[in-house]
Amino acid sequence: MQKYVCSLCGWEYDPAEGEPESGAAPGTPFDQLPDDFVCPVCGAAKSDFEPA
Amino acid sequence: MKPVEIKKDVFWVGAVDFGCHNFHGYSIAPRGTTYNSYLVRDQKNVLFDTVQAHHAEDMLTRLRQVIDPEKIDYIVVNHLELDHAGALAELVRVCRPEKIYCSSLGLKSMAGYFNMSGWPVQAVKTGDTINIGRRNIHFVETRMLHWPDSMFSYLPEDKLLISNDAFGQNVAAGCRFADEFPRAELERAIEEYYYNIVLPFSPQVLKTLALAAELKLDIDMIAPDHGFIFRGREEVSYILEKYRALAEQKPAKKALIFYDTMWHSTEKLAYYVGCGLESVGVPYRVMFLKNHHHSEVQTELARCGAVIAGSPTHNNGILPPVAALLTYMKGLRPLNRLGAAFGSYGWSGESVKVLHEWLAGMGMDMPAEPVKCAWSPDRPALDAAFALGRKVGEALAAKCGADCK
Repeated sequence: MQKYVCSLCGWEYDPAEGEPESGAAPGTPFDQLPDDFVCPVCGAAKSDFEPA
Repeated sequence: MKPVEIKKDVFWVGAVDFGCHNFHGYSIAPRGTTYNSYLVRDQKNVLFDTVQAHHAEDMLTRLRQVIDPEKIDYIVVNHLELDHAGALAELVRVCRPEKIYCSSLGLKSMAGYFNMSGWPVQAVKTGDTINIGRRNIHFVETRMLHWPDSMFSYLPEDKLLISNDAFGQNVAAGCRFADEFPRAELERAIEEYYYNIVLPFSPQVLKTLALAAELKLDIDMIAPDHGFIFRGREEVSYILEKYRALAEQKPAKKALIFYDTMWHSTEKLAYYVGCGLESVGVPYRVMFLKNHHHSEVQTELARCGAVIAGSPTHNNGILPPVAALLTYMKGLRPLNRLGAAFGSYGWSGESVKVLHEWLAGMGMDMPAEPVKCAWSPDRPALDAAFALGRKVGEALAAKCGADCK
């Protein structure tokens, strides 16, 4: 699955790991994250992410 | 103040700001601060970071005692925040460097702050190395420690880590090394800096410590961009372990009570909460927000595993200083705390619910129901405040167990 990287701080979203702290279970593809998903490190919006 | 040779041909050429008591507009720095900048003389002469703009002349005067600034070949910008890059444009003008190095994310903040036209900037990433003669410089990106652009420079031949804001402290002093300053005060300054700046990025701190171990960086000196330099293996281990402990946020067996008050009712409750903690042997500190800046309260949190907040109800909410503190504290993302709320009211009594929600919103476990009392606390209200302190104290002692600090 495609990884995505935060263009503001460089944090990477790996769908295999998900982001359980934000309610995204392991295996959740990036495009299925809710629209109000934010970077857990710097707070950037989902639209600030780019394919890694 | 003279330049200080911290290793052979490596000089401290920064500036000491005894007059700075307001740090970046959001925290106080009662001990002043220091902007550290380092010069390495080799086949290529390299300057690491600069100082806040109003100290540019001070820095240049110091620099000229060890080098003609025009002989500086490279400027490394580990972080673009203006306390370190404020004098960059002036230094570039005077030194006319052959190259300016920063991280790839540093390009963005550099372009945001400066007119870079004609600047010979080159972005580097983790793993990139440049040779400057007898030495090499390794770059390690430390994104979000504490800005996206943040980076370390490691000089393996000198076993020297120039760490930018990480491991820094706000202290102005005549000495440059941590071992020359009283340890207890240094410890407090490290905690103050960490809890007011680095805390939200604790996961990055732990990752960076793991990366340093993985890269097997051999370090016998850590030179941050604020405050004192840690020299020798023992001092390096001390500051690395201190950072690990601060980042891990294991529970500490001490409670922080902060409050604001109008007619002393909430204040009385605060002191009875303290008595309840005392009854189960849990130390505490009471901080009245009209006497303490929010950053002082945040610093105290470094030593406290529980946060007990008090405010009277004012216009159906909480008093502004309490709201300011909670906003500040939440942004700094403390982890692994217990929380509780108390406050007095006249007729509607919303404050404790608001406080409770703020603390729970920071992920705190809330072992006790909020305590509120109308008008002035009577005996049952004071007993309820005492019971709240006792309950939080018992929960904290249990949580700490053998693991407590």
